[in-house]
Amino acid sequence: MAAAPESTEGTQGFLGWIDRRFPLSALWKSQVAEYYAPKNFNFWYYFGSLALLVLVNQLITGIWLTMNYKPSSAEAFSSVEYIMRDVDWGWLIRYMHSTGASAFFIVVYLHMFRALLYGSHRKPRELLWIFGCLIFLALMAEAFMGYVLPWGNMSYWGAQVITSLFGSLPIIGGSLLEWIRGDYVIADATLNRFFALHVAALPLALIMLIVVHLMALHEVGSNNPDGIEIHDHEDAEGHPLDGIPFHPYYTVKDLVGVMGFLIIFFGIIFFAPSFGGLFLESANFEPANPLQTPPHIAPVWYFTPFYAMLRAVPSFAGTQVWGVLVMGASIVVLFFVPWLDRSPVKSIRYRGPIYKFMLAMFVASFVILGLCGLKPPAGIYPLLSKICTILYFAFFLLMPWYTRIDRVKPVPERVTGI
Amino acid sequence: MADPIGPQAGEIDHSRRRLLTAATVAGGAVGVAFAAVPFIASWEPSARAKALGAPVTVDASKLEEGQMLKVSYRGQPVFIVRRSKAVVAQLGAHNDLLADPGSQDSTQPLYIKDAGPARARNPEYWVGYAVCTHLGCSPLGAFQPDDAYQLSGINLGNNWPGGFYCPCHGSKYDISGRVFKSMPAPKNLAVPSYTFTGEAHIVIGEDENPKSG
Repeated sequence: MAAAPESTEGTQGFLGWIDRRFPLSALWKSQVAEYYAPKNFNFWYYFGSLALLVLVNQLITGIWLTMNYKPSSAEAFSSVEYIMRDVDWGWLIRYMHSTGASAFFIVVYLHMFRALLYGSHRKPRELLWIFGCLIFLALMAEAFMGYVLPWGNMSYWGAQVITSLFGSLPIIGGSLLEWIRGDYVIADATLNRFFALHVAALPLALIMLIVVHLMALHEVGSNNPDGIEIHDHEDAEGHPLDGIPFHPYYTVKDLVGVMGFLIIFFGIIFFAPSFGGLFLESANFEPANPLQTPPHIAPVWYFTPFYAMLRAVPSFAGTQVWGVLVMGASIVVLFFVPWLDRSPVKSIRYRGPIYKFMLAMFVASFVILGLCGLKPPAGIYPLLSKICTILYFAFFLLMPWYTRIDRVKPVPERVTGI
Repeated sequence: MADPIGPQAGEIDHSRRRLLTAATVAGGAVGVAFAAVPFIASWEPSARAKALGAPVTVDASKLEEGQMLKVSYRGQPVFIVRRSKAVVAQLGAHNDLLADPGSQDSTQPLYIKDAGPARARNPEYWVGYAVCTHLGCSPLGAFQPDDAYQLSGINLGNNWPGGFYCPCHGSKYDISGRVFKSMPAPKNLAVPSYTFTGEAHIVIGEDENPKSG
């Protein structure tokens, strides 16, 4: 009888022993079993948990790849071939990793689109959105450096183009470029440090950012397709009337999403791992050759919208830094969306026709930019890229005006249609 | 009763505490800045990488007119193109199509800038970095003048005077590496310092007059 009052959670036995030393049950309750999420989550709410699944996939397959990969310019290409041909199940682990990279971006783009649909970036979730944007930035750096590691010819020339972006900065550009590359050109030193960043520094940064992203989410609570706060209506115990515990309700729902995702994911791995040159580019099946640029350079599909914006801007006043600035601005502008959006409502369900039109136009211009970035810069594509770059920025920069004048519908008190 | 150690209640000197805290933070920040120096500086090219940037000697005597050699200097590709007298003679003809015909804003040794449209010590041999000034891709040689030239699906047109085409973002250069107007590339192809030792022996990375301009 004497020991019982020590246990505040009332847990017994081994779990009780742990709980008196570490808040295991309390954490489980507050973050999972009694974390109340809105009951009207729909299809679009799969992609957060799927992003976490893909992260775990990348971490595990990545660790296994490092067991056979050699980060030196002399051996990198052949060590990847070795993984593909001689290591037992090496092909599967590498294809899970390379397909996982593309899957990560598909899932994250849809996750971000969900936020634009339902206003998930709006007050009080601005920091949640900003952490998300930082995750997106870290993910882009991670994907770029990962793409260099196989040391194929596209890896080499992709690294050449992307690091040159820094060289275009005025005054400091040249020395910054040498500092990043660790040589006068992309070389062994560059590959070696990209490996260090790809397998240690950036994954650590990503994981920490994801932790603060989730902490911010659990502090403010999830948004929902109606864009209203469920905590405005609570029962006697302080639980939201329109909320349900994350576990078991959403763990089970997310498992359905996981199954659907894995079917598609492994379908691609088994039947189309290079996905017609979109996930793994054919020029990268040749070793890096510093004297021979591939006849047509395009980054992997998830960077092509930004790449198309880079190409759309001509050089001006003797420098081509403008394209780099425009490309940088296309990411930076995302951070300001919570404040650019002045609509009195959050969700697309209650927004007027202007926002719906602008969002559709934004998605279309992003997709078209992605297609333009895959094509050689000739014919209609440069003009199309220029137009879509303008439309991309119009969506963000005109947002303070069109969201204010847009006709909105009345927002319900409680969540609707499940 | 012994006096308690430290200030009595109400006697805390807050301005003294703030000063000490600020001084400690500032001292710590300086320490962190110094500690960061080796980590940042270790990203610079190593002594070995610097040593490998030595001059390269090339024997270009086997080049026919209209042929090109690509060699590696400091790990970067360098073009050596042998041009016919006819090609050299018409180099000044398309100056109005170029962004920087006099190479004023481009990177090259002074003697190359002063060499006019040929941009070479010997107009017969053009030497220059095969590194696009846009984002560092390696341009391709596209030498046939007055000829539709098919390259990665690009038609350079019937009036193409011959030169280089960058497959990455479509920049076009003439056969002296001078960029055309309205291209993604802002500058003419850079030219390294070089010198001839004999008829067609070229030493890249060395000259008797190392000034650039």
